[in-house]
Amino acid sequence: MKFWPLIPRLILLSLLIAFLVSPESFEFLFKPLVQANAPAIYNQGSLASLTLLHVRMVFFATCAATIVAVALAILVTRPFGAEFLPLARTVVNIGQTFPPVAVLALAVPAMGFGNGPTLVALFLYALLPVFENTMTALTTVPRAISDAAKGNGMTALQTFWQVELPLSLPMIVGGIKISTVIGFGTATIGSTVAAKTLGEVIIAGLNSNNLAFILQGALLVAALAILVFDLLSMLERSLMKWKAA
Amino acid sequence: MIDIQSVTKRYGGKAVVDAVSFSVPEGSIAVLVGTSGSGKTTLLRMINQLVSQDEGAILIGGEDTRGIPGHELRRRIGYAIQGHGLFPHRTVAENIATVPRLLKWERSRIDAKVAELLTLFQLDPALYADRYPHQLSGGQQQRVGVARALAAEPKILLMDEPFGALDPVLRGTAQDELLAIQKRFGTTIVIVTHDINEAFHLGDTIAVMDKGKLLQYGHPIDLLKTPATPFVEGLVGTFDRPFRLLSLGTIASVVEPGDAPGEPIGIDKTQQEALAALMWAGAQVLPVTAEDGAKLGRVRLETLLGQAIRPQ
Amino acid sequence: MLMAAIVLAATLFLPFVVVKPNRILQGQGRSLAESLAPWAGTALTLALLLVALSLIFRLPTGVKLVITMVSLAATILALGGAAHAQLPPGNSYARVSPGSGFWLLLFGLSLATIDVIARLKPSPQFRLLLLLIAAIVIGGIFASGILSEISVIKEYSNRSDAFWAEMRRHVTLALGSMCLAFVLGVPIGVLCNRVKWLRASALNTLNILQTVPSIALFGLLILPLGWIAANIPGASAIGIAGIGVAPAFVALVLYSLLPVVANTVAGLENVPREANDAARGAGMTDMQRLVSIEFPLTFPSLLAAVRIVLIQNIGMATIAALIGGGGMGVFVFQGLGQSAMDLVLLGALPTVAMSFIAAIILGALVDFSTSPGTEARSA
Repeated sequence: MKFWPLIPRLILLSLLIAFLVSPESFEFLFKPLVQANAPAIYNQGSLASLTLLHVRMVFFATCAATIVAVALAILVTRPFGAEFLPLARTVVNIGQTFPPVAVLALAVPAMGFGNGPTLVALFLYALLPVFENTMTALTTVPRAISDAAKGNGMTALQTFWQVELPLSLPMIVGGIKISTVIGFGTATIGSTVAAKTLGEVIIAGLNSNNLAFILQGALLVAALAILVFDLLSMLERSLMKWKAA
Repeated sequence: MIDIQSVTKRYGGKAVVDAVSFSVPEGSIAVLVGTSGSGKTTLLRMINQLVSQDEGAILIGGEDTRGIPGHELRRRIGYAIQGHGLFPHRTVAENIATVPRLLKWERSRIDAKVAELLTLFQLDPALYADRYPHQLSGGQQQRVGVARALAAEPKILLMDEPFGALDPVLRGTAQDELLAIQKRFGTTIVIVTHDINEAFHLGDTIAVMDKGKLLQYGHPIDLLKTPATPFVEGLVGTFDRPFRLLSLGTIASVVEPGDAPGEPIGIDKTQQEALAALMWAGAQVLPVTAEDGAKLGRVRLETLLGQAIRPQ
Repeated sequence: MLMAAIVLAATLFLPFVVVKPNRILQGQGRSLAESLAPWAGTALTLALLLVALSLIFRLPTGVKLVITMVSLAATILALGGAAHAQLPPGNSYARVSPGSGFWLLLFGLSLATIDVIARLKPSPQFRLLLLLIAAIVIGGIFASGILSEISVIKEYSNRSDAFWAEMRRHVTLALGSMCLAFVLGVPIGVLCNRVKWLRASALNTLNILQTVPSIALFGLLILPLGWIAANIPGASAIGIAGIGVAPAFVALVLYSLLPVVANTVAGLENVPREANDAARGAGMTDMQRLVSIEFPLTFPSLLAAVRIVLIQNIGMATIAALIGGGGMGVFVFQGLGQSAMDLVLLGALPTVAMSFIAAIILGALVDFSTSPGTEARSA
């Protein structure tokens, strides 16, 4: 019944996989974009392995950030952490005004080149949306509901695990979704500080004026971001089944 | 069953509940009535220790509530609130099973209880057990809320404006349903409301509160007969006092032998309803029948008018 | 507590400045006490210990605010002083950069200041006033030349013309694309509000657009814009080209569309039905209703969109440098290319400062427009 919306995604996914497995078979598409003697398919490394490295980096950074951010958000929304709630809100508000590139650039002096600063920038930048969403979700559980939980004899811990956390999950996943999308973009820029990601392909294209490279890198990152965004949106919706029709 | 002994609660130095004492007998319904800000909800929430009192004690079955861990106390006391407070991420069945699950009942026992309660509240288990709260109408949500409060067979049920969100027709049905269930389980119930009609309809006893103080506590008839303060008098209403008085008793006590022409009145009707029927029919006397239709006697307009005179 | 610990650790254990033999080589750390003249270093260390202590105790918030702000200014001044003290005279290659101790101190003190300000729950006017004071003080410090020996400032004075040119380009990119996004986005939003089936598809498309990483979008635009420049007469004359400002500008507009359209739709949806009914009942035409009822009520929502878009654009405009679009990113990427961290800072710090200032000003404006006279949310 809900099969039709899946089709464009499946097509996108299979195209992505096909391109990664055998980029040469797509050469005819990119040939018109380059001068006669320039390579039409990225030739300075394996596109598939760069894609995997890209995804892996975003995945690890987002996972770590999610654990830390959710834990922090839980902490400041408990009675004993309430002292830090206003500060946490302000820091989050201000943190969001820091552009990802600036975070990346500022991490380099501290960490040098390579994957390190990119991971740190990804991690730091992924913290904010997850933290903000978790905090918002936990502080906006309707009063009648938390009251009912307590009134029915749940301990504070039970209220948290059985009511507050499940009700907040969709919004937490929403935060992870935002983090991941930003992460894909930031990881791409990470190549400017020598991180091994798909950004290398784009930058190689920019440096050698090779449109085909730029297009390949851009399309790969865009396809990945859209697919992951979509996957997490589906997860978000399935967690909200109690809300939808 | 519930003994409230000079209980006081202060917020920022201001007493929102001020030295209130009364007790609720086992198996009866006590209604706390008052305007918003009168402290009635705070008092209710002190009974199950959602709020802890600053002074005084609350005894349940002779046991001081402060001697029992709050969450254990609350598992023994049913709690239903306005807007029902159902967990939106749990199905109807899971919502009702909340307390039994906390008490670690066996699965089969929980399932049986859920089915029993759904049937009792006229919600077909096959149809409703697996729905989510938002898929129910307002009246159904409210019934599930009460069912959840009753799931662990509590001796005591606390209700905070339980019917406040319902329209007048549904509210009447829900009140009658509650009375039937109370009769069936013999539960001791404390209800908070601002609706004086609801108080008269449901209450075995009524406690009137204003600005944190208990103004009067007694049978509904006492409130009509001897209102303790002008506030109570204003609340019960001078204008429809006689009709309220009649609404408190059934016609069983005023039936006399004999027969009369006209549309018969059921023996379980209140005197107020009988008066209305007589007035509407323009009759001096109407026949009274039992539930099965058997003739029991008749009731006179004159007798009823006599009942509406201020009691001495 | 936490902030006090940061201040303490920064003061005592970490290098306050780093002295480098030239702009690229690794340097040597000096602590706060070592890096200034002996008496000044000791005095400042003691003063900061006192500040750390004062943060632990419950003082009136106003007093705390003054303490934290003064110590922030003192820290920056000390940095300048340290640079003058550390540089060997006559050596124009050597550089003094702020060390991790300085950054941590700055971070700890800023956090403390922010905390104090948040607790004060300042009105929008007060926040703008604080911003103005901070701007004047910091501007004064720069103008006074105290910081002139710091490496970042040296990078600046070596290329001040280029700096201001790129700054102008950056601001033009960010603001210009925002204006165009509003010109396009608000009508789309109104249309989405009027035509229901359009709304879901329009918002979904824009949503997907936002998931495309910026650098990828910049890259993707090179192709169509290049084609337009080559094939449509006059296009290249007005500056459309595959590489340079044009793709950056278009990409920023595309990214800005989602917040603009979404906020227009949300704002229009929040117009109370009664207000619309009353307007209809009073005989207004659809156009009159839109202009005199719906737009004024949607204004706060649009202002919120300005805030989101502006901050987003200031950040993303940095990436424009990668495709030759200019902006502060030029320094960031040049610096990264040459491993000259001071150059990176020269690009990154003003970017952060710009979005920070934009956030405060627009946050205050949003509060002005939504809740005249009522208590305001902190920045």
